[in-house]
Amino acid sequence: MKSISLCSIAFSVALTTVAGSAMAATTLEAVKARGSVQCGVNVGLPGFSAPDSTGKWSGLDVDYCRAVAAAVLGDAKKVSYIPLSAQQRFQALQSGEVDLLSRNTTWTLSRDTSTGFNFAPTTFYDGQGFMVAKSLGVKSAKDLNGATVCVQQGTTTELNLADYFRANGMTFKPVVIEQVDQTFDTFFSGRCDVVTDDSSALASERASAAKKPDDYLILPEIISKEPLAPAVRQGDDKWFAIVKWAVFATFDAEEKGISSANVDDFVKNSKDPDIQRILGVSPGLGAALGVDEKWAYNIIKQVGNYGEIFERNVGVNTPLKLERGLNAQWNKGGLIYAPPLR
Amino acid sequence: MTVDPFTAVSRTAPPRGGWAGDPRYRALALQAIAVAVIVFVAWYLISNTIANLARANVASGYAYLGREASFGISETLIDYAPNDSYGRAILVGLLNTLKVSVVGIVLATLLGTLVGIARLSSNWLLSHVAEAYVELIRNIPLLLQLLFWYTVITETLPGPRQAFRPLPGVFLSNRGLAFPVPNADPAWSLAAAGLLLAFVGCFGVRAWARRRLAQTGRPVGILLPCLGILVGLPALAWLIGGAPTGINMPQMQGFNLVGGVVCTPEFTAILAGLVVYTAAFIAEIVRSGILAVSHGQTEAATALGLTRGQILRLITLPQALRLIIPPVTSQYLNLAKNSSLAVAIGYPDLVSVLNTTMNQTGQAVENVVLFMSVYLTISLAIAAFMNWYNAHIALVER
Repeated sequence: MKSISLCSIAFSVALTTVAGSAMAATTLEAVKARGSVQCGVNVGLPGFSAPDSTGKWSGLDVDYCRAVAAAVLGDAKKVSYIPLSAQQRFQALQSGEVDLLSRNTTWTLSRDTSTGFNFAPTTFYDGQGFMVAKSLGVKSAKDLNGATVCVQQGTTTELNLADYFRANGMTFKPVVIEQVDQTFDTFFSGRCDVVTDDSSALASERASAAKKPDDYLILPEIISKEPLAPAVRQGDDKWFAIVKWAVFATFDAEEKGISSANVDDFVKNSKDPDIQRILGVSPGLGAALGVDEKWAYNIIKQVGNYGEIFERNVGVNTPLKLERGLNAQWNKGGLIYAPPLR
Repeated sequence: MTVDPFTAVSRTAPPRGGWAGDPRYRALALQAIAVAVIVFVAWYLISNTIANLARANVASGYAYLGREASFGISETLIDYAPNDSYGRAILVGLLNTLKVSVVGIVLATLLGTLVGIARLSSNWLLSHVAEAYVELIRNIPLLLQLLFWYTVITETLPGPRQAFRPLPGVFLSNRGLAFPVPNADPAWSLAAAGLLLAFVGCFGVRAWARRRLAQTGRPVGILLPCLGILVGLPALAWLIGGAPTGINMPQMQGFNLVGGVVCTPEFTAILAGLVVYTAAFIAEIVRSGILAVSHGQTEAATALGLTRGQILRLITLPQALRLIIPPVTSQYLNLAKNSSLAVAIGYPDLVSVLNTTMNQTGQAVENVVLFMSVYLTISLAIAAFMNWYNAHIALVER
C-alpha cells in the first residue's frame, strides 16, 4: 500500500516537473484524443465507488465519471478509473494524472484556492459523524472525552475531529491510518473506541465491513458540513463548465421528471421548449459547451437523473439505507438545485 | 564549461599526441560535461516545476510550516496540541521516527547477534531453529509482517476493560501495554546524572585496570567495583534528591487507561516488525563474519590454553567485527528507512505526519523535498557514526 502511494506521489511529482507539454493541450482535447475520461475515484467505498467481483465499478461518484464521459464522448463506458487514497488524490489531479476527481471530496476554501482546484456542484451533502460499538454504552458524542479515535489520514475529517474535541474541551487519542478499509478494520478489531468519518461512509462501512452491523451505533451528532463534489484543475474553464453542467443536467432532469426510462418519450413527444433545448432537439446548448448536442440526452439515457443515481447507489433500498434528506430536490426540502439550462 | 571545446577538438585533433590525447585533459573535460549535464537537468526540472505549479495555481513555499496544524497526534515525545504549528507537528513525527529507529537498531543488533551465534552452535536443534527463523523472516515482505504484528496485537488482546493484569499496575490490552512509572521529580534527573557519572567512572576503572595489567602482568577484576558504582551513585543521588517514592499508576478511567507509561500497539508492532526483520539479516552477517576468521586461529588459541569465552572475546570477535561493521551499517540504514512503513499501521512517524501535512496543505513538492532531506540526514548521520566506529576498530597496519 505504502509503496503504491509513495510511487504515485513520486510519479505525480515527476509529472509536475516535466509534464509541461502534456498539460498545454486542453483537457477536452486530451480526453477526445484518448477516447476516455481518466477519473480519480475512491479505492473502495461501497455506494460511492467500489469495484464488484468482476472488476466493474459502481457508485454515486462513479456515476458522475460516467456522466462526464457520456456528455463528452457519447458513451458512459469510456472511463478509466484510477483508484486513489485520500492522500494521493490531490497530487493526482494537480499533476494531470486524472481529468476529474470524483472521490467523495469535501469542497473547502483552501482546496478551492491554494490546492489549485475548481469544484463542480455538490453531488452529495454529507456531514461528519461518529460510530461506536453499542456495548460501549455511549449515546452522545459529548460523552467521548478521553476516547481513542480511528481516523483516516489526509481528510477534512482529521481536522474536524481535532476541532470538535477542542471546542468541547475534551481530549482524544487519534489512531491515524492511511487506507480507509484498514481504518475500519482497526476500529472493528476494538483498537479504537470510536471511528469518525462522513456519516454516509460510516453507514457504508457498517453495512459492508462489520461482522455484525447491528452491534454498532452511529451517534446523532453531525459535527461538520461535508459537501462532496467532483473537482477539476484550475486553468481550464471549458472543461470545468462541462463537468459542472453534466452534474446540473442530472439535477434538472430529476426536477423535470426525465429519467432513463422515459427520456426517449420526451425526445419524441415533448413540446416544452425548455426540455427540447436540454435534450438537444433544438440545438445550441451543446455547441455552447463544446460537446455534442445530445450531451444531456446521453447522460440521462445512460446514467440516469440524480434521483435514479441516488436511489441506485445509496438510497433506502441499498445496504446503506440513506434517506434523501439534504439531498432531496430544492422543491422537496433539500439542497439539490440546478440553474436554468438555457 | 561548455561542450564546444571538447567536441571541436575531438573532431580536428590528431588521434595521438596533442592536448586531446592527454588523459588528464580528457578526464577534466568529461567531468566538466557531466557537471554541465547535471546542472542543466536540475535547472530544467526546477524551472519546469515552478512554472507548472504557478500555472496550476498551487501555492508554493514553506510558509505553511508556521501555520496551525489543527490535527491530533497520538504519540508525542514533546508537548504537542492541535493548535501547534505544522513545523512542530513535523518535529513530533521526526522524533517518533528517531525513537523507533534507535530502539530498533539496538534490539535488532542484540537479537541478530544471538541468532547469528546460535546458527553456529553445535546444538542441532538450536542451529536449525535459528536457520528456520532467518529463512522464514527474510523472505517475507516487511509490510506484510507489520500488518501481521498489528493484527495479532489488536485482534487477540482483550479490550481495556478486560485487560490482562500480569502484575499489579500492569495492564495488557489492545490499547497497549501500560505500566507504572515513578512520579516526575527532580531527584530522578539527579539519579540519571549519577548513572552517567558512574559509566564514565567505569571507563576510568577499566583504563586503570589495563595499565595495571600491562605494568604488573596481573589481571584486575573490574566487574564488582563497576557494579558497585553503577548502583551506588544513582542511589546516592536519589537519596540526596529526597528519596521520592510516588508512583504514577495506570488506572482505568472512562474509556481508557490513564497515567503510567503506555507502549501503544502501533509502536510495538512497528518495533517488533523492524527488529525481527532486520535481525534476520544481521544474523547472517554476524555468522559470515565469525566464519571468516580462520579456524586455525581458534585452534592455536586453544593450544595456548585460552578458554572458549576468551577465544571469542580476544581472538575471534575483534577480527570478525571488522568484517561485520560495514554490512551491518547498511542494515541500520535500511531499518531507519523502513520505519517509514509505519504509516500503514498508524504509528505517527515522520511519513505519517508529513502525509497529513501534504494533504491538508496540498503542497506535495515542498513536503517531498522535506521527506528526502530528513531521511538523507538521518542516513548520513548513521553512516558517519558507523564509519567512525569502523575506523576505530580497524586493524592498524604499519
